[in-house]
Amino acid sequence: MVYKLVYENLKHRPVRTLLSALAIGLGVTMMLTLVGLGEGMMEDQATRARGVGADLVVRAPGSSVVGMGSLSMNQRILDYVRSQPHVVLATPIGVHSTGGVSSIMGVNFEEFSAMGGGFKFREGGKFADQGEVIIDDLYAREKHLKVGSKLNTMNRDWRVAGVFASGKLGRVMIPLTLLQELASANAKITMIYVKLDDSSQTQAVIDGLKKQLPEYPIYAMEELIKQFSVSNLPELKAFIGVVVALSVLFGFLVVFLAMYTAVLERTREIGILKALGAGPGYVLGILLRETVLLAVIGSAAGILMSYGTRWLISTFIPASFVQAIVYSWWPIAAAITLGSAVLGVLYPALKAAKQDALDSLSYD
Amino acid sequence: MAIIEIQNLRKTFRSGDVDVHALAGVDLRVKKGEFLAVVGKSGSGKSTLFHVLGGLTPPTSGTVKIDGKELTAMDETGRTRLRRESVGFVFQKYNLLPTLTVRDNLEIARDISGVKGPWGAQFLDVIRILGIEEKMERKPRQLSGGEQQRVAIARAIVNQPAILLADEPTGNLDTENSDLVLGLLQHLNKKFGQTVLMITHDPEAAAFADRTVQMRDGLLHSA
Repeated sequence: MVYKLVYENLKHRPVRTLLSALAIGLGVTMMLTLVGLGEGMMEDQATRARGVGADLVVRAPGSSVVGMGSLSMNQRILDYVRSQPHVVLATPIGVHSTGGVSSIMGVNFEEFSAMGGGFKFREGGKFADQGEVIIDDLYAREKHLKVGSKLNTMNRDWRVAGVFASGKLGRVMIPLTLLQELASANAKITMIYVKLDDSSQTQAVIDGLKKQLPEYPIYAMEELIKQFSVSNLPELKAFIGVVVALSVLFGFLVVFLAMYTAVLERTREIGILKALGAGPGYVLGILLRETVLLAVIGSAAGILMSYGTRWLISTFIPASFVQAIVYSWWPIAAAITLGSAVLGVLYPALKAAKQDALDSLSYD
Repeated sequence: MAIIEIQNLRKTFRSGDVDVHALAGVDLRVKKGEFLAVVGKSGSGKSTLFHVLGGLTPPTSGTVKIDGKELTAMDETGRTRLRRESVGFVFQKYNLLPTLTVRDNLEIARDISGVKGPWGAQFLDVIRILGIEEKMERKPRQLSGGEQQRVAIARAIVNQPAILLADEPTGNLDTENSDLVLGLLQHLNKKFGQTVLMITHDPEAAAFADRTVQMRDGLLHSA
């Protein structure tokens, strides 16, 4: 019977119920979107790293394992890497940040293609001269570019020579020598991808390299890919913490306001229930159940809205951000929301439970 | 056998710096199965008596026994139990829950009292006598004032309380509906032996009762 009363109360004010649920859901969406972005970006980076087709990677000393890095490694190291047993191909990569999460990548096209089985061009082909770039299909979609389009980056205009299928480490690529020249970083590279004649020798090669290059982070590709995890991004973890805290506050305030108003509005009805013999626990139970139901509806709405944010991101900025749907966070976000909602209803519910029956019945 | 026994009941309110003696030493005995009307002008203390008897407010002093339970010593929990187990209310403003249907308004009173299962034959008879069996799925706003008051009467006795307290039950009704509601209270009293204590300012309404007492300046007098 109490559930029927709870349901009828929520149904009685459909707009308020809907708005409250949506507002609660926004907190859930915020959490799921942020966590999904973290996971999605890491997964995307892993996919693109795997797409290179290398067995191991040598990175600059002090570089972050999940970051793209900068042009800080001396290119002379490349010769040493190439001289190692089992190394059949070692290709240098240069990365230059162009602001935000965007970067431009310099590659030796033929070497890079040979390592990963080549680019799959959707249209056009490799850059032919110094004024051309190749871009991946997600970047082309986000920036509305196609072969022949003009792209301005690094303070100059480029002609798009080809659009390749994404999954090849970078989204915008130019010749490495040109990148070094434009970034005033001659003979500097960011990392070296290495292909071996026998993958089972990866660890032996790494051990050999580390003897001469002890300060250089050198990873087998699978090891590197395992590092692409949100847990390796302390800044993101802290940011998620902030968003969770904001969501808790948001859910608390929404429920507090909604239920405080509801309690005021239903003062007389609470008086009727008390006149019928309802104790404080009965009244408290009604409001708690109502809140839990709101939180459940809000959580479901929030989860649905997180699909909406994923659609928006993949439609309008697919190259800049990738949002994954992180199912394991559904119960976490829902539990956090429920907790904040219960905190939010406590004061109004206790106020209602303590309300004097006679005063409540006299309320108009 | 008395179902209500009141001795020297006093209720004093503080209004600003002044003590207002709403009940100034009331003595009253109501027999089980009696229909008693308490009449009096506005401000005479009759509503305060209704509230004290219903456990809606504690008395200041005196002795009040309802169905053998001493009300004066009860705390809020005890008064809540009294309202749940021993008293049924009929208010002037009906006080039905607007979001629930007639059936659910009756069910919630049972739910609060922890009563489960189908309605008993006697209560089905009450429903028929009150003429609301066809209105069960309607919400209060879909009913006339007279119909709402009949639902309120049904709700008041759904748990077979020791006493039914009615505060100006016809105050919002026209003459025809007033007579109908009062006739029904009288009928329920006669047919099922339901004790009724009705507060009213209307002598014509009081005429439906077995006995009438008059309240004046916080004291009861025989009418």
